[in-house]
Formats: sequence, structure tokens, C-alpha cells
Amino acid sequence: MLAPINISMESLNVMTLAPMLIPVIGALLILVIDVFKGGLHKSLYVTLSLLFLAMDFFSLLDASGVFAKNGTVLGMFDVMLIDGLALLAQFIIVIASMLFIPLALTHKRFHEFSYPEFFALFLFMISGFQFMVATDNIILVFVGLETSSLALYTLIAMHNRDKSFEAAVKYFTMGALAAGLFSFGAMIFYALTGSVEINKIALVLAANGYADIGYVLVGIAFMLAAFAFKLSLIPFHTWAPDVYEGSSAPMAGYMSIVPKIAAFVVAMRFFEFLVHSDIVWLKIVLYAFVVITMTVSNMWALVQTDVKRMLAYSSISHAGFVMGAILIGTTQANSALFLYWVLFAFTNLGAFSMLWISRQKNLPAYQMSDHSYDKFAGMIKTAPVAALIMGLFMLSLAGVPPFALFWGKLYLISSAVTSGYTVLAFIMALNSAIAGYYYLKLVVYMFMKEPVMGNDGNMYGANATLALKTIIGIAAIGTIFAFVAINPLLEFITAFVYNSGY
Amino acid sequence: MLDHILSILIFFPALAAVFGFMIQKESMRVYGVAVAAIEFALSLWLWYAFDDNVSGMQFMEHLPLVPSFGINYTLGVDGISLFIIILSAFFTLLGIGSLTDTKKVKYMIITLLFLQMTMAGVFAALDAIVFYTFWELSLVPMLYIIGAWGGPLRIYASIKFFLYTFAGSLVMLVGMLFMAYFYYQATGVWSFALLDWYRLILPESFQLWLFVAFFIGFAIKVPMFPFHTWLPYAHGQAPTIGSVILAAILLKMGTYAFVRFSLPLFPDASAFFMIPIAILAVIMVIYTAMVAYAQKDMKQVVAYSSISHMGIIILGTFALNVEGISGSIFLMLGHGVVAGALFLLVGVIYDRRHTKMMSEFGGLAHVMPRYATIFGIMMMASVGLPLTINFVGEFLSLLGFYQQSHILTLLAGTGIIVGAIYMLAAYKKAFFGEVTNEKNKNLPDINKKELFGLIPLVIVAIWLGIYPKPVLDPINNSVKSIVQLMHNKSTTELAKKRIPNLVKPKVVVIDKTIIEEVH
Repeated sequence: MLAPINISMESLNVMTLAPMLIPVIGALLILVIDVFKGGLHKSLYVTLSLLFLAMDFFSLLDASGVFAKNGTVLGMFDVMLIDGLALLAQFIIVIASMLFIPLALTHKRFHEFSYPEFFALFLFMISGFQFMVATDNIILVFVGLETSSLALYTLIAMHNRDKSFEAAVKYFTMGALAAGLFSFGAMIFYALTGSVEINKIALVLAANGYADIGYVLVGIAFMLAAFAFKLSLIPFHTWAPDVYEGSSAPMAGYMSIVPKIAAFVVAMRFFEFLVHSDIVWLKIVLYAFVVITMTVSNMWALVQTDVKRMLAYSSISHAGFVMGAILIGTTQANSALFLYWVLFAFTNLGAFSMLWISRQKNLPAYQMSDHSYDKFAGMIKTAPVAALIMGLFMLSLAGVPPFALFWGKLYLISSAVTSGYTVLAFIMALNSAIAGYYYLKLVVYMFMKEPVMGNDGNMYGANATLALKTIIGIAAIGTIFAFVAINPLLEFITAFVYNSGY
Repeated sequence: MLDHILSILIFFPALAAVFGFMIQKESMRVYGVAVAAIEFALSLWLWYAFDDNVSGMQFMEHLPLVPSFGINYTLGVDGISLFIIILSAFFTLLGIGSLTDTKKVKYMIITLLFLQMTMAGVFAALDAIVFYTFWELSLVPMLYIIGAWGGPLRIYASIKFFLYTFAGSLVMLVGMLFMAYFYYQATGVWSFALLDWYRLILPESFQLWLFVAFFIGFAIKVPMFPFHTWLPYAHGQAPTIGSVILAAILLKMGTYAFVRFSLPLFPDASAFFMIPIAILAVIMVIYTAMVAYAQKDMKQVVAYSSISHMGIIILGTFALNVEGISGSIFLMLGHGVVAGALFLLVGVIYDRRHTKMMSEFGGLAHVMPRYATIFGIMMMASVGLPLTINFVGEFLSLLGFYQQSHILTLLAGTGIIVGAIYMLAAYKKAFFGEVTNEKNKNLPDINKKELFGLIPLVIVAIWLGIYPKPVLDPINNSVKSIVQLMHNKSTTELAKKRIPNLVKPKVVVIDKTIIEEVH
């Protein structure tokens, strides 16, 4: 007879689970409410989600206080790993979600927001992302990845247009493939080292001096492909523009930020020790990924006729840019990654929200797609404030100082400079110049062209409500006054990244 | 208030521009003139309070921005930047005051006020990142001015202008990051402060690379041959006010940055690249002067002559001695006044006839005598007639470079002669002879609003031509300290030879009798 397993609750450290459990509880509560009384207005669910996200946020604050005092915390049989990276990523995830969810309160009625399941799935997805970043156990990463991805596919499909089904199915197939590749990669590393924890894998590999380098490379190849799918690195990006186009504008903006930061953190945990152990092949491949993703997606973005697709390609380019941080792999680069992504979150969500408030239900004759460039022609005449704000987001995305994203670019390029990646630094700088062109194209349409006949400017705010305007206002203020926040942000991020050993 | 006068100079117009959105359309002009007049008065006050005898920075301001990464909001002026700041305020005032009938005049004035903020910021910034911020921001209002009020090709021209400069300055940004990193390596502290960087002596091989990175950013802005192709488009399409500000102030950012960054940071590289850059500058002078001669459009003549004169400025800057650099800075001011005035003058005729083709004109001197007189004076100033503002600057620049290379100076001198040819030819085509075109018979002469813009420029052009001392002295003072700094910092033989040492070794002569008396 087996002896009963004796584990004290103390050693489980259940509090490490709190930030992930809060959204789960919220999601369950929403489902329970729906069971008892259906047909409630979306504002209730939005507010409930916001409340739970706020609680999530406070529990994160609490956890970061503990981290600042005691360092990294392990919990639940050492599966949970609450270090600086986990906390920073969760902060970005939760804050971006809090900015996203009020965008459901549109003026026009959109199908998906009338279902409570939308909000329940949304909260489940967030907890999935949180699990993904708060562990270095590959199995839990996989579970978090799948939880969040499956929820996300459904959220996209709920937009209920032909294109959104296409997008969801495309995303699903590609995601499934990526999951398969991920598990293959994990399997190889387990076979090599007998462990599913990244730090132990690193230890074992280092101890035997990368004896089985061939197998390691095969494992890395699988893992790279899996991450490249998730981060939409070229040539694994093909799903991204279609999926962005098919989903609603805020969902597209959300997808360009939150899933990617989760994937970046896992990639950072996984590739950092490999980059530092001088596997030349990996460095070359990563280098190629970074350069090709930045440059080629910029080229594609130049020729788009739809603003949303342009922003989709630009998000790919930004992801490639930030992937550079993982290649460089110094503390400064990793801090730059988080800094960049915080600032990117504000700007990009703002830009996509601007598309969202101008969303029409029916397209007028002169408009080819939902957000064609023509739609924005002469916007300064008919809706000057909206045009100014949109112009602001475009300039920020292009990296014009002193707006938000400039500081991210500055710090990231600086990290390339400091660690000897001179050529990469110049490629990054020149890509910012190329990107300038397509962001300017929208500015040119808005400020320098005449409005198309029949466009009286009403549609720019057709979908706007106070909630949406507030979110855009927050994003705009964050974008303009970022320079005030850079220093505290940078010190906070650097301390957290440094104390996690990255 | 004097402690923060630079910040006030920078942000007062921006604040006024934001408030400008509330002003009613008809009152906007008056508001714009009032704000620009206050700004100009402030800049004059700055001059009044400026101590001519101090060669270093004055009115320094310091505010930490991102201290953990060494970025601080640091401002200051010396003799080099002081007058360019005044000039920018001056041109904003004249530009707004003489603004002719423009559509959306309210947005135009708001844009001009924002532009004034960025111009004051560039010339007052002493931190590389703050400098870069204003440098980039200045593109945005100019993009809008060209793109929204320009000619038929305005969108192409505005985007070309933006992208060229943006691409160049990103390369420069990488250079700045390298510079900060070297400073970090040397001292263990991040700093983007220019005065900190001045103290850093880099090995020559580093200097060469960094010099090139900065050079690309600056050369595109100047614009130096062969990076000049955006400028004719920008000038050709921009409205009058856009061309005036572009030629008078924005181009000066590039040449100013050479003096502020390239020379003192990389003295060895400056000496190393002196001859190649001088060759480029001479090509720029001669080639664009010849191109200017071939133009049929009056504005293009002025545009190419403007590039040609920028060549002399570059030549003077890279003379690396006090005469040359002082002369080039004085020529920046002179070129600003003259080129700005010429663009205003072309604007006058364009408003009346909506064409700038010289073949359309002829005999204008009969119809518009006052206009012809002012144009004549400014043209003479542009050619570099003695007792006009450009003569002083051109003479000093060439004198400075004569000490480095006789042949190149001679060649540049021929460029000036070609300049006289095309200017006089253009003047002859447009102003002398019979009035052949019916449409020109009854053109009204220059009006009060236009005179408001032009008369002050004529006064300045002649005043500083006759008596440049009040401006030249502070410039000279600051330039001396920069040249001395360069000499002290330089490490190579070549640089030591090319950059003069201003501190004369003290010869102590001891009189025997005195010694005896002491005993």
C-alpha cells in the first residue's frame, strides 16, 4: 500500500496562482449569471470583466511587491515561476486587456458582444496567457498556449462575417500546426535531457557540453518554427494579414500585442540560454528571421490599399524588430523589449481603436473595403480632431520623437549598438525609414487630399461612444506624454529583468 | 525669467499654437503676428542679455528626462546659435506678417508657430536626443506646409522631403547611440549631453565611422551634392512661406549641426575628410550654379542658387580655422536673409501672375519699379557685392579655406562668378527691356503687406554688410573656443597641422636690469 503523499500547503505557495485564478473565477461568474438570467446588456459583462481585470492587476501589484523584496517565487510543485519577466508580461497583458474590453461598448450593435460567452472566453484567454508566461515548464506553457489560442479563435469567429470565419479557420489551422511543432520540439528536448523545465534543460545541456548538438538543432528548429508562427515571423506570417483583416479592428489590435508578448516571454526563456551558449547556427537563423521579417513585411505594407492590412503588416514588422532583442540577449535588450512593447501597446491599440470608431455597417459605393485609404481622404476638413489623433498614432508608429514608440526604438537600437550588432542597428534604423513611408501615406490622405464625394465626415465617429473615446484619449495621452514616463518605466523594467537573471 | 528664457522661446509659440485653435478665423492673422512679434522680442531680449565676452554656453537649463539612460533636457546658447535663433524668430514674424491670401490660413499660422518651436529647439538643444527630437519634429510641420498648400506635385515633393531627411537622420541617430555608448565605456555613465561628449577623445578609426554616420544625416539636410535632389522639388512645390522658412532656417540646421557636432566631436576625422568634403562642396557650388543658369522657372533659379551658396558655407566650415568657421556662420545668417528675401520676392510676382516662368516676364522694371529695386538689391546681395551681408560671409569663408587649399578656393570663387552670371541674366530677362506680355502691363506694384516682409530684410542685408561687428564678434568668440577645443582634442599629425592652435606659446623675456635691481 502506498503511503499517502504528505505535502504542506505552505510549500505549494498557492498565492502564485492568484493572478491566473481571478480571471477564471470572473469567467465562471459570467457563465453562471447567464445561466440564471440571460439576455443582459453587454455593459454589465464589460464592467464585470473590467472589475476582474482590475483585481487581477492588484494581485499582480502584490506579487511584484513580493518579487521586489524576496526575488523569484516558485509555487505549485515548482511549476509556477513568478519572476520579473512573468510579472512584466502579465502587467502588459492585463493592462492591454483593460484597454481593450471597453471597446465592446460601441454605438452600433455588433453581434459578438451580445453573447456573455464572448466575455467568458476572453477572461479564460487572459488566464491562459498568464499561465504561459508564469512558468518555465514546457507542458504548462503548452497548456496555457492552447487555452488562450482556442479561446482566441472563437473570439475571432464570433465577429460573424464571412471573412472572420475564414480568419478563424486559418488561424486555427496554423495555430494547430504551430502547437504540433511546439510539442515535437519539447519532445526532443525531453528526450535529450529528461526534463520539461527550461532551466533544467539548460543545465543538462550545459553539463554535457551540447554533446548531441545535432538533436539540439533539430529541437531548436521545431521550436523556432512554432514561435515564428505565433510571432508571425516571415515566412510563417501568411496567416497574419488575413486574420487581422477578418477580425474586428480592436481584436486585430489586441492580437498584435497580447499573444505576442506572451510568445516573446516564452521565446526569451527558451532561446536566451541557447543564444548565450554560442550556437552559431541559431544566431544566424535568428538574425535572418529578424532582418527578413522587418524588411519584407515593410515592403508589403507599402503596397496595401487598406489601412487595417497596412497596420497588420506593420505589426509584423514591429514583431520582427523586437525579435532583435531576443537575438541580442543582453539585459538592456530584454528590457528594451518590454519597454517597446508597453509603448507599442498604447500606440497600436490607439490606432486600431481609431479604425474601430469609424467602422460602418454598410460600405458606401466609393469604398473598396472597410478601411480603405480613400475613406480617410480629407479627414482634416471633416473631422479635424480625429485626424490629428490618428496622425499622432501614425507618427508614433513611425518613430518620430518625442512620441511613445521612439523611445522604444531608441533603447532597442542602443542595445544593438552596445552589444556589437552594428549592422543590425543600421538595418533597424533604415527599416524605420522605410516604415515611415506607409505611415505617412495615411497622413497624406488625411491631411493633404480632398474628401471623396459623398463623404461628410459623419462616419469617422459613427461608432463612437464615451467609452471608446476615453480609451482613445488614454492612448493618445500615453503616446504624447510618454517621455515623462520613460525613466520610471525603464528603471522598473530593468530592475525586474535584471533580477530575473535575463 | 532669464533663467528659463530658452524654454520660453521654445514652448511659447507651441502653446500659442495650441491656443490658436480657439481663435476665430478672421482674427487669426493678427493673433499670429502678435505671437510672432512677442517671440521675436523675446529673442532680441536674449541678445540684449547675452554676454558677448563669454565664449561658452549661456542661459543653460537642465532638467533630467531619462536620467538612467543619460538623456537630459539641456539647453544653452553661445554666439553660434544665438543669431540663428533670432533669425528664425525674425523669419516667423516676417513670414506670418507678409502671408498673402492663403486658404485655411488658420491652420497655416498654427503650423508656422509649431515650426518655430522646433527651430528654436534645434538651435538651443545641448543634448543629442533633445536635438534629435526637435530635428525630426521640424519635418512634420514642413511636410504639412508643402503637402497641403503646395503646387500640383506637392504630395510627391513633401514625401520626398520627409523620407530623405528621415532616413538620413536615423543613420545619425545610430551614430549618436554609438557616441553615447563610447562615452559609457569611457566613464561608466550614460550621457547624451553634448558638453560631456566634447570632453571625449576618440581614436581616429572610431571618429571616421561616426563622422560618416553624422555626415549622412547632416548632408541630406544641407543638402550637399549628391543628396540635394529633394530640395528643388520641395522648393518648386512649396508655397512661398514654406520656401522662405526652408531656405532661411531649416537648411541651416544641417550646417549648424556640422559646427556643433561634427567638428568638435571628431576633429581628426574632420581634418581627414576635409579635402573630399571640400571637393563635394566645390562641385556643389559650380554644378548647381550652372544648373541654376539653365532654369526657366524663377523660383528654381533661386532654389539652385541657394544650394550653391550652401556649398560656400560648407567650404568655410571645413576650413577648420577661425576665419572660415566664423565666416560660414555669418554666411548662414546672410544666406538666410538673402535667400528668404528672394523667395518672398518670387512669391510676390507669383501671386500676381500665377506663374514663375521667366519667359512670361520682361520689362517689369517699368511696371513695378519698387519691386525691381528691392529685387535688385537682394540680387546684388546674393551675388556677394561688397557692403552687402553675403560679401562678409563669403569673403571670410573663402579666406579661411584659402589657408588650406588654394586651388579649391579658386574654383569655388569661379562658382561665385557663375552665380553673378545667372543672377544678372535672370534679372535681365525678367526686369529689363520692353514689356512684351500684355498681362504684365498693369501689374500693381508691391503693396504694404509685402513691404512689411521685405523692408526689414533689405535693412538687415545692408546694415550687416556695412557693419557686421555686433554679430561677428560674439560668433568669433565662440568659434575661437571651438577651434581651440578641436586643436586640443586632435590626435593625428594631419589634424594638428590643419587646425590652428590659438593659444600662443608665452615667450617670457626677462629683462636683465630688472633682475639686477631686485638684487
